[in-house]
Amino acid sequence: MTQLALVIDLNVCVGCHACVTSCKQWNTSGQAGPMFDDRPYGENPTGTFFNRVQTYEVGEFPCTETVHFPKSCLHCEDAPCVPVCPTGASYKRKEDGIVLVDYDKCIGCKYCSWACPYGAREFDENQKVMKKCTLCVDRIYDESIPEDRRKPACVISCPTSARLFGDVHDPDSEVSIAIRENGGYQLMPEWGTKPANHYLPRRKTKMHIHEDELTRADNPLKKEDIRHETSKDTTLDDWLM
Amino acid sequence: MIFLTTLIGVGQGLFLALFSAQAYGMAKILPVQSNEFFATGGLIALLFLLGGLFAAVFHLGKPSYFITRAWRGMTQWRTSWLSRELIAMPIMIGLTFIYMVVYHFGLDADLYGWGVPGQLPLTVGIATTVAAIALFICTGMIYAAVKFLQEWACALTPVNYFLLGTASGFTLATAYAAAYGDGLVQFFGNWAIVLTLAGLITRAASLFRNSRIKRKSSVQTAIGVRHTKVQQKSMGMMGGSYNTREYFHGKTAAFLKSVKWIFLALTFALPLFLLWVGLVMGDNGLFLLAFIFQYVGLLFERWFFFAQANHPQNLYYQVVG
Repeated sequence: MTQLALVIDLNVCVGCHACVTSCKQWNTSGQAGPMFDDRPYGENPTGTFFNRVQTYEVGEFPCTETVHFPKSCLHCEDAPCVPVCPTGASYKRKEDGIVLVDYDKCIGCKYCSWACPYGAREFDENQKVMKKCTLCVDRIYDESIPEDRRKPACVISCPTSARLFGDVHDPDSEVSIAIRENGGYQLMPEWGTKPANHYLPRRKTKMHIHEDELTRADNPLKKEDIRHETSKDTTLDDWLM
Repeated sequence: MIFLTTLIGVGQGLFLALFSAQAYGMAKILPVQSNEFFATGGLIALLFLLGGLFAAVFHLGKPSYFITRAWRGMTQWRTSWLSRELIAMPIMIGLTFIYMVVYHFGLDADLYGWGVPGQLPLTVGIATTVAAIALFICTGMIYAAVKFLQEWACALTPVNYFLLGTASGFTLATAYAAAYGDGLVQFFGNWAIVLTLAGLITRAASLFRNSRIKRKSSVQTAIGVRHTKVQQKSMGMMGGSYNTREYFHGKTAAFLKSVKWIFLALTFALPLFLLWVGLVMGDNGLFLLAFIFQYVGLLFERWFFFAQANHPQNLYYQVVG
């Protein structure tokens, strides 16, 4: 069984919001109609986004580090938003595990958003229906797009390649290997929702310096040489200094 | 949601009060009431239920979805408590209507061959009672079934919906019986006191439980970083969004606390006092006052119930910037 998902490498994400804007652009131009954006330059701007990049500071000054944390719908394998929907508008596709909302069936009761612990659903105040990340379902199967670009818009746009996309149930896929080899983890595992999206942790790069590396064992250029006497003859050393 | 849940609660409670009087009357424990008493009472219950339905329409994304899409809301009854409620509610409303009609026209039939009158109203009454209890359970379970809303995910939630609904219904029944000049004032009034007291105990229990909840989620589990000091610096937007508006009431803790004492006084203390004084002094005017106070108190109680829920998604939306 296929379960498509994103794997996001927190070690690489620099918080540039390219994924946020490309997601908004692709999905607002899509067949489902625009994602609203009210008063974008006025007071209290508000709108629907499928993807947000948040920033956290970990540690205490001066030993802090910044974690940029992109979050969208995690396409849970046991999605709590699906069974609560009274109309069947919220559903999980059997063929690829993508969780979707049928905007024509949604009655806007918001129960699914209350049933999602991740805050991944956003209500469209203009269309009055619930919206969320579709994993660019209209893009990844579009055969008019070159094959290597049939990926979610956020994955394509990420300048640091912090986002991987693929089938997490296929042990040989790029995403499965990344999860396995880099300690990929899920958000809020305590609720048993089994999110399909995984995160790769930040990694420390360490370098060991031995004492003999701090002092020069040999000095081919003789930089620290103390010149004793200067001879009238020009030596090779004079040229090198 | 506040009006929906409180209004249908009164309607269901009032119906259960009427049915208990009917059943006691048939068992010859209480004097048998006139048909008009039950017909008018059923009409009042029906009006409260319809008021709740009206409030529900405005809870939808667009009121027009009620006509175009709401029928789909009954399709997912296998998994969704909301879907189950959407089935139980029209059944309850329809049966209350039938109950009212049966009594208004004095319809009866010897259904079981017992040879005693009132078998048809009894059958309709039992069916409506089952529907009323089922509707209470559905309404409560909508909230109790969301496991990570730890304030709600508890058996006390449906119990409270049931007890507070029946308490307000019986208080209204007391006022109704008093206005009707009927001998049921003591019966309804005593039950109203018992139910209000029971509701006070279970609601206080849920307040006590909620004040000492141990949170399962933290910012550490939310982003998966194991460090004791994690602080959000930006939630990814400068303005607000659905996520910042829907899950937080924006009121201070002091405001929340004052609402708690207001609803405790209005829903429980004041109606109990008024019911007791009314029953002892025989002052029928106090019963309606008790119901009005209790209903207003329930509006505060329901607001508090929703406001107290601490959604784990809020962990992601702490700081603008």
